[in-house]
Formats: sequence, structure tokens, C-alpha cells
Amino acid sequence: MLAKRVIPCLDVHDGQVTRGVQFGRAESGGLRNVGDPVDLAVRYDEQGADELVFFDITASAHGRASMVDVIQRVAEKCFMPLTVGGGIRTLEDMQTMLKAGADKVSINSAALVSPELIQAGAEKFGSQCIVVSIDAKRSGDRWEVFSHGGRRTTGLDAVEWAREAVSRGAGEIVLNSIDADGTKAGYDLEITRRISESVSVPVVASGGAGSLEHMAEVLLEGKADAVLAASIFHFGEHTVADVKRFLAAQQIAVRL
Amino acid sequence: MIALIDYGAGNLHSVEKALRFVGADVRRFVSGDGLEEADAAVLPGVGAFDDCIHALNRQALLEATARFIRSGKPFLGICVGYQALFERSEEFNSCAAGLGVFRGSVVRFSGKDGLKVPQIGWNQIEMAKTDCPLFRGVPDKSYVYFVHSFHPQPEDDSIVATRTEYGERFASAVWHENVYATQFHPEKSQRVGLQILRNFINLAEQPPAGS
Repeated sequence: MLAKRVIPCLDVHDGQVTRGVQFGRAESGGLRNVGDPVDLAVRYDEQGADELVFFDITASAHGRASMVDVIQRVAEKCFMPLTVGGGIRTLEDMQTMLKAGADKVSINSAALVSPELIQAGAEKFGSQCIVVSIDAKRSGDRWEVFSHGGRRTTGLDAVEWAREAVSRGAGEIVLNSIDADGTKAGYDLEITRRISESVSVPVVASGGAGSLEHMAEVLLEGKADAVLAASIFHFGEHTVADVKRFLAAQQIAVRL
Repeated sequence: MIALIDYGAGNLHSVEKALRFVGADVRRFVSGDGLEEADAAVLPGVGAFDDCIHALNRQALLEATARFIRSGKPFLGICVGYQALFERSEEFNSCAAGLGVFRGSVVRFSGKDGLKVPQIGWNQIEMAKTDCPLFRGVPDKSYVYFVHSFHPQPEDDSIVATRTEYGERFASAVWHENVYATQFHPEKSQRVGLQILRNFINLAEQPPAGS
């Protein structure tokens, strides 16, 4: 049986893993230094992480260069799937990251600006390489897609955008709830379920994990295929192994 | 020396890094020249069947790969490198002929009952053979990493080395004589994957049968 995945996310700023408190606060002094990305990656590898996501929160040329170095070093030591996101705007950016050792690239704002990038990436590297990351915020009974790290509204409906991304060749959707991110109050179960039921590709839930129960909830009720979390792992509250043992006890298939 | 057949496959670097990590002396081959000198060969791959076959053909690697396989030395196909060993693919608009080492075609997952396609993630391998050297020391039902929408359907059941359940039970690895192939990615399957690659390089280090 296909296991549900547990994915630590490493936000990288200037070659160091950091964690902002909430969307949009990353540049305004809300950063907490967490450590060296390669050390953390190796630690999560040993704990049994199913995958690692690296996110360049500077999204600048300088940030990209240091990310290439991080990915190269991680790929020498961690033999598991690696995804890179943040500031990927062109096929060339994708190629650079894949060559460095990433297995997938995650695109967000660039896909909103030019949705053809999804197709072009899927055609060149295969759908399995192209992850579309969606930042969604609740607005009444719908969820709106935001771009540029949650700062700009697009007016798009999150479910519609997820469908379109998949029809253009996205192989996976990462759904970040802007409302839930950084609150530790749990994932947004409803939008996760709506998107998961609307698309044929795996959906990774992100934003809001504060407890082990939250992770079980979004996999069961939210119908997510994977859970992504950052602070819960970085600050030593739980190890990946803790999460998996807990999920297994709830009869959720995980790789132990 | 282990030859890594380099036709631009997306996972080439990962496979190379993993092989080196377990101690292999790896050399990339962008053409068929000298391929026969290798002790073993690995054909990586992700993406589309036709792209793989066409790229091999363009670089004069298709015939060289077929020749290498006939030489009897250990050969490992990974993902699309596994699919390429079959006769044909039912992938959309596919018209390329595969290597035809094994009979059968490459088919898509049904996607029925809300099954997500591609299959992305960790799934279990059930050993269909107990004596396959590639899986020495790998426990039954180990989790390995898959990323694929298609899988081969071998006509000859006796070549199936492992099976995996994903809406259907498919052949997740095959073994026949010197040819080993996996639908999953050993280079991305942590400890289990590294063990499989280590087993493969051990095969390459053994003297060829009959000598």
C-alpha cells in the first residue's frame, strides 16, 4: 500500500535554515535561525523523513546560487526525494536545480504569472518533476489564491487553479493555507479535502501543524497524500519518527 | 567499472551519486563507444518512454545497450530504463519500439476509484522470488520510492522479481539471467535502495559465469 508521506520543509535564507512566524513576516525581522541545511537534512534522513522540501525564501539570484550549493551537498548524503522551491521562474532555473540533485521543483508565483511554465516544465522534465504550490486564503465560502509569498491576491479560486495546474501538467500540488500557517492550530482541512477530491495527482498539505493529531486529521479528513511541516520538527517538539509512530497507531499507512 | 548510460535522463546524477556512495567506480557513456569494456551497466530514466528510446537512438546507445545486455554482463534498468526493456508503450502517441528484451507492453495505471496517477511516494515490494541477488538482505515488504504513471506488463510471469499493490498488483521489478530492472528508484529509496545498488555492484565484481 502506498504510504502517506511526512515531509520536513526547510526554509533557506542565505544558506541557513530559518523559520518566519507567518506569511509575509519573513523579511520583517520575524526570522529565527534554525541551523545548517545539510545537518538538518541528514538528521531528518536518519529520522525516516520520506522527502525533503527546500524553500529559498530570499528568491534572489544570490539565494539561488547558495541553494544550488545546499542541494548539491544534501544530494551527496541523503538518498531520498528532494524538492526545491522559491524563486523558480524559468526552465533554466528548473534545470539548474534538477542538475544540482533536486528531483522536483516547486513553482508558485511564476506559474500564476505564466501558466505555460507548468506545461513547458512538464514537457521538458516530465510531470513528476513539476510541483505547483498554492497559497490559499479563505474568503467567505471560497478560497482565494495569493501570490508573492501571500502578499498579493490573484482573485483566482484555489480549487479551480489546482485543477488548471494539473490539466497543464503539474504532477503534485502543495497546498499552503495562509490562514493556518504559523498558527499551530491545525491544517485547513476543508480546502485540503476539496482540492484533493478535485485533482488526480497527490496533494501535500502545508501550514498549521501544531500537533501530531493535526497531521493525522489532514491525512484522514483532509484526504491529503502527504503532510509538510517545519517548526514542529525544527524546534525539536517532535521527530519525524514520532509523527510516523503516531500515524501508524491511527491505522494510517506510513513507512516505518 | 560500471557504465552509466547517459542520454540525459533526469535522474542520472542521483543514480551516479548513489552508486558512488556505495563504492562503485562509475563512468558515464554518452555514446556506445567502449561500453563493452564495462563490467556492468545501468540505464537510468524518468519521464516518457519515447523520449528515452529516441534519445538512446540519437546517441547510438540503443544498439550498444542491446549488445551489452546480450553480452551476459549485469545490467540494471531503473524506471523508464526498466520500461525501455519491453517491446512497446501505450503512452499517449507512443510509436517507438523498445529494446524488446522482454515481451509485453508498458501500460498506464487505471486511475479508477480515485486512484492518484502518477503514483508518487513510498510503496512496498513483495518478493516474488526468494533467490534474486538484487534483493539480497532486503526484507519482504520493504518500502521503496516510486514516481510513475506507467508500468510494464511482462507477458512472462516468471521474470517478475517483486510485485507492488497500487489499485492493481504490478511487476515492480524483474530479473532474468543478467538483466535486473526496477520500476522504483533505488537511488531515492534510502537504506533499502542503497542495499539494492550495493547488491548490483557486487554482481559486477563477480567473475562472469563460465570463466
